[in-house]
Amino acid sequence: MVSPMLRNVSEQGRAQLLLGIADDELILGWRDSEWTGVAPFLEEDVAFSSIAQNEIGHARALYELAARDLGTTADELAFDRRPAEYRCAQLVELRLPGWEHTIARHCLYEAADAERLARLIASDDPEVAGLAAKIDREEAYHRMHADMWFDRLSGEPRFQAALEELRPLATAIADPELRNGHTPDLAELLEVMTEVRRSQPPGTTW
Amino acid sequence: MVTAEQVWDALSEVPDPEIPVISVVDLGVVRDVRVEGGRVHVEFTPTFLGCPALEVMRDQMEARIAQLGVEPEVEVVLDDSWSTDRITDEGREKLRAAGFSPPARRGAAAPTLVQLESNGFRCPYCGSRDTALENIFGPTPCRSLRYCRSCRQPFEQFKTI
Repeated sequence: MVSPMLRNVSEQGRAQLLLGIADDELILGWRDSEWTGVAPFLEEDVAFSSIAQNEIGHARALYELAARDLGTTADELAFDRRPAEYRCAQLVELRLPGWEHTIARHCLYEAADAERLARLIASDDPEVAGLAAKIDREEAYHRMHADMWFDRLSGEPRFQAALEELRPLATAIADPELRNGHTPDLAELLEVMTEVRRSQPPGTTW
Repeated sequence: MVTAEQVWDALSEVPDPEIPVISVVDLGVVRDVRVEGGRVHVEFTPTFLGCPALEVMRDQMEARIAQLGVEPEVEVVLDDSWSTDRITDEGREKLRAAGFSPPARRGAAAPTLVQLESNGFRCPYCGSRDTALENIFGPTPCRSLRYCRSCRQPFEQFKTI
């Protein structure tokens, strides 16, 4: 079966597809890491730190594959583009105000990401399919964590309100065609994310 | 002239940087070794993609192969061929002896939350199955946290992937 996401794509098209997913995982990884040290309780501090580490690891592997197609490096793709050049969905960019919104985004993202990964695993590009299957093994644990929290909070009106508020943004995760522009939160995040890299003299090798 | 067997033996001395009781060969991350004249090509499959030990493993494998007087070439293969089922029986026993509960067998299906919350996991200290899931996540991407109600000891359970 040829994935609809990969049909008739040139190498450039494949790289752009991979970049969209890599950007989602990198930016969400950063947002998840913001709970390190300040989550409502210690076990979630550990959980979100670990999820962040996984997501950024997935981003790196996807950037490496894209970088090979584009003749650049994973670091340059992750850190040296202008905000407008990122292809992430708005859902992952948002600096969210609280725990219920964080869990709502987590549930919405993991569900959409599972759908996206299933399509990539079925693609006829062995490199994309193989990497997607590897990522999916790890994401299974993120989905369990999201499901556990969904069950815990499903009777809470604040959680339901957060889900309804964010749900319209979730459709763009599985469908890159629906991505349209960025929130101001992305530029702010990139400013922080690239601060150390930008502070070094040109030509620094890492 | 170095043989593939000598390279495998050398790699079996390269420890996992985070859990040095187990080697990269025990972990099952060395997929293939090919000797081509003075060059040795190794296919290396990462465990978890975000694992910071991967670069260290690759550098240590290269250094160990170079000690054999040949040129190492470690290729990182980002496909789906590694699973915790690739950890050898010897590796699983080494983990258990060091206080880590080895991963449950994956078989054909992905693990589920129901399984994690079941009593299918044995305490590496006292052997009891009366253990509870504390956290799906743990100190590194590869481990969950469990608690043994029998000997009242928390322990690290390897995730099945």
